[in-house]
Amino acid sequence: MTTARPQKIADYAPLVFPAVMLTVFFVVPFGIMVAVSFFRRVQGAFYEPDFVLANYARFLSVFFGEVLGFSLVLAALVAVVAVTIAFPFTYLLARLPRRRQVLWLVALLSIVSLSEVIVGFAWSTLFSRTAGITNVLVALGLMDEPMSLSPSFGALLTGLSYHAFPYTVLVLYPALARLDPTLMEAARTLGASPPCAFVTVVVPALRNTILATLIMVFVFALGSYLLPQLLGRPSNWTLSVLITDQAIYQSNLPFAAAMAVFLVLVSLALVGLSLLVGRKEAAQ
Amino acid sequence: MSRLLARLFMAVVGIVLAAPIVVVAGVSFNAQRTLTFPPVGFSLAWFGEIFADAGWRGALLTSLAIAASSAALAVAIAFPLAWFLWRWHAPWARLFQVLGTAPFILPPVITALGFLSFWATAGFYGAPWTVVISHAVFLVTLPLVTITLGFSSIDPSLTEAAATMGADDRTVLRTVVLPLVTPYLVSGYAFAFVLSLNEYIIAYMVAGFTVETLPIKIFNALRYGYTPTMAAVTVFFVAAAALVFSLVARFGDLPRLLGAWSSRES
Repeated sequence: MTTARPQKIADYAPLVFPAVMLTVFFVVPFGIMVAVSFFRRVQGAFYEPDFVLANYARFLSVFFGEVLGFSLVLAALVAVVAVTIAFPFTYLLARLPRRRQVLWLVALLSIVSLSEVIVGFAWSTLFSRTAGITNVLVALGLMDEPMSLSPSFGALLTGLSYHAFPYTVLVLYPALARLDPTLMEAARTLGASPPCAFVTVVVPALRNTILATLIMVFVFALGSYLLPQLLGRPSNWTLSVLITDQAIYQSNLPFAAAMAVFLVLVSLALVGLSLLVGRKEAAQ
Repeated sequence: MSRLLARLFMAVVGIVLAAPIVVVAGVSFNAQRTLTFPPVGFSLAWFGEIFADAGWRGALLTSLAIAASSAALAVAIAFPLAWFLWRWHAPWARLFQVLGTAPFILPPVITALGFLSFWATAGFYGAPWTVVISHAVFLVTLPLVTITLGFSSIDPSLTEAAATMGADDRTVLRTVVLPLVTPYLVSGYAFAFVLSLNEYIIAYMVAGFTVETLPIKIFNALRYGYTPTMAAVTVFFVAAAALVFSLVARFGDLPRLLGAWSSRES
């Protein structure tokens, strides 16, 4: 059915509404944002049209360098933690009986769709002095008195990994659910134990999937804008937080736009890379 | 041995995933106005407050209205696009598929900032309906993916048979294609609905000063300290998401929707 080319102008009719909506409300806003990144900021007002590179020149400051470096390291850490736990987990999940698999998937979807506000609130409760996990440790006699664990870098890393974990499982799920079962059977017939077969056969067979997933989770973590504010210290702020802060609280839309353009370029390059890596595996 | 280890591993992951939600649920049942766990006493007062307090009720209704209409608009954009791409061979039209996927994959702050610049330039900054359009465009990816999957699962011989019997395009669409695609359409709507309900940054940047959705209300309230009402709202969010996705799983094929080959025949 997909081989026929559109015959008459009328055949294009269904395309009109989606094309107009996506162009007007995605391409145009994107274009305006790029344009604003070259505008000049006016103190007390929003900005005025101009063509200046001052907003991009601010990237060369030590402060911006630190924030960028921290964001990249944090996102990389989250990606490694999430994929390390999610890969064996998803492998086991995809081999469960259908009913239990569906239950897990419902739980994972429910958590991944939670707002960062909710995840941040839930974890700051869990890390609090009055209602937190330290109370459990005190009850077990492992600690003398309950204490607050947030804000801290550890709290932020935990919250982000928690939020990224279900996302990682859902990204890995198709590849692992379609994995050829004969691979594992062959390894088992040749005498490998299940964990040994998993490490020496499944992981190498899917190394490109793992790499592509690492990149996807990296981009996901890079986009986190609220958890650093709720669970981390001001020194743990990421590029996304800085963009929000500049746009809303400092009313410096041109600088925020310039940083956003930068973030787009980084993300697009990474997503493109992950698609390339993924395609290579599909071709094999 | 390794089977036991595997079960233990999954159980630990399950406990960690559930822990924050269990604690927050416990806190929401506190009888006093403090955040303590395990809860002191038992009370449903904080759930009542969501509906009794005008601020929380207003935010809840705003969120539900925005989620319901933006999900509908997202489906209205995704369906004709997915149908066109399935019905005709037009490679350049794939561009719109990419456009429909991009906002969802990029960091949300970027899309939010794009919308902020756009609505501010257009002069509608702060109007509630701008949130509906922004959410619909941001979340169009979800119905686009599910509906595309729905079309690809249609057996071509069905539509060929209908065409041979003399049905025109419109009749085939209405009598054959639409009934087969409906479950995917509903799932797409459900995904977009839940994500719009939870979305914070776009709603905040587009109309944060005039429109208060539930996530915005929670975040604003967090600055003035924690109350058990927030815990109750959080429980509401988790329950709403779990309910919607359970319904999707009940009436559709969730593993297939999420990318596994159909496991129904096995």
